[in-house]
Amino acid sequence: MGQFMPFAGQVLKNLFSKPATTQYPFAPKEYPERTRGHVEIQIEDCIMCGMCMRSCPPGAIEVKKPEHQWTINRFDCIQCGYCVEKCPKKCLSLVPGYQVPAGEKAVCVVQQPFDPEEEARKEAAKQAAIKAAQEKAAAAKAAKEAAEQAQS
Amino acid sequence: MGKRSVVPFGPQHPVLPEPIHLDLVLEDEKVLAAVPSIGYVHRGLESLVTKKDFQEMAYVAERICGICSFGHGMGYCMTIEDIMNVEVPRRADYLRTIWMEMSRLHSHLLWLGLLADGFGFESLFMQSWRIREGILDMFEESTGGRVIFSVNQIGGVKKDMSKEMLANFQKRFDEMEKEVRKLTRVFLDDYTVKSRLEGIGILTGEDAIRRGAAGPMARAAGIAVDMRKTGYAAYDDIDFEVITSDKYDSYGRCEVRIGEIFQSFDIIRQCIRKIPDTEINVAVKGNPPEGESIVRIEQPRGEAFYMSRTNGTKFLDRMRVRTPTFANLPALTQTLQGCQYADVPLLILTIDPCISCTER
Repeated sequence: MGQFMPFAGQVLKNLFSKPATTQYPFAPKEYPERTRGHVEIQIEDCIMCGMCMRSCPPGAIEVKKPEHQWTINRFDCIQCGYCVEKCPKKCLSLVPGYQVPAGEKAVCVVQQPFDPEEEARKEAAKQAAIKAAQEKAAAAKAAKEAAEQAQS
Repeated sequence: MGKRSVVPFGPQHPVLPEPIHLDLVLEDEKVLAAVPSIGYVHRGLESLVTKKDFQEMAYVAERICGICSFGHGMGYCMTIEDIMNVEVPRRADYLRTIWMEMSRLHSHLLWLGLLADGFGFESLFMQSWRIREGILDMFEESTGGRVIFSVNQIGGVKKDMSKEMLANFQKRFDEMEKEVRKLTRVFLDDYTVKSRLEGIGILTGEDAIRRGAAGPMARAAGIAVDMRKTGYAAYDDIDFEVITSDKYDSYGRCEVRIGEIFQSFDIIRQCIRKIPDTEINVAVKGNPPEGESIVRIEQPRGEAFYMSRTNGTKFLDRMRVRTPTFANLPALTQTLQGCQYADVPLLILTIDPCISCTER
């Protein structure tokens, strides 16, 4: 065919071969292992430090520490993986599988299980510890001042 | 004298994937002058440097454009590495070179497809993009993204390619090369294709220099200019010749890009053979010191220029990108002068316009 019909071979081949495209959604799409599809969180391991929120370039992640909520706006997320890299507990991961289309721009909220009473107890204990430490520091300071006065 | 009229072309036009507007001054069917105007996809990415810290900015920089995304990320990281005096590990340089050449391959195959679409050869367009799909698959396997890769970071790259992966890619590239060779015969030898490309859109070497053309546009005008020859990343270890053409027309530009496709296959082959076994990144501590750096790299469309100025904090003072399409617009207006109105879409395609890059 040479010079005259250089494309004819390809055309004939195409007539008798299967389509090159995947017949999605009838044939499932297989993702390679490294595909950055979407961010997932192992909420049990999360310490609500907010590193992901501060590092996120488009500002898609919000960490609400008092409510123990980790939220992500999947429509803002650019799947860059910077939060995964920054997470100190390694509880974030980028997994294959893209987000399905949605009718409205809802924010994905992940609730960390917690017991409000336990939380209140912990908070009270923390406040008590802070108060004790402050009192201790004040006492030490007073003692030091008294010692200085006694010296002079 | 024929009847003069001004015909607006774009920003919405079937041949243009991106918005650019041209006012074409016509005399009957002949184009006398073309006045381009841009500004339809400006997103203000450059000014984000003052709001995103220098490491986050690597992700923003690669979103300047979807086709040259790897090069933009790499160019930006190279400027910061230069300011911070970071020595990138050799393996990272090689990986960057491989990904950069893969970008060039998919960009040129995309362009060939668009060109075929531009002169109405639909099945040739489909075949070009079918082959290109294989490269996107390889990108997804190696980086996790098909268009935006997010593998560049200050100090190297984030993901490594194992020996098995490289060997597998090499096999697939060899297969692909055979297919591309068959396909490019159509572009270079087919009578109908030749009749649409030959003698159309003449840009001589002198004009190319005067108008500041870059990349394949300049190389097709016989000027051997290629930033890869300056030896950034691993290009200093790679043996390659700058591909030029002495045809000065659209056919010449097609010929140069096809030559570069095979050259990229060869560069990737050399990289896979020579890649050393070292670390892929070095840890970068602290903020960049006060300074300024300029980096020039060869994108698929031509020379791209990156400038970063730091002030000692984690935010940059300024980042500037000059993209090849911007450099090629004056050359485009030159090639459009005197052409037929029906050839205008094709001529706009031959500069391989990337308006997102141009406007950022």
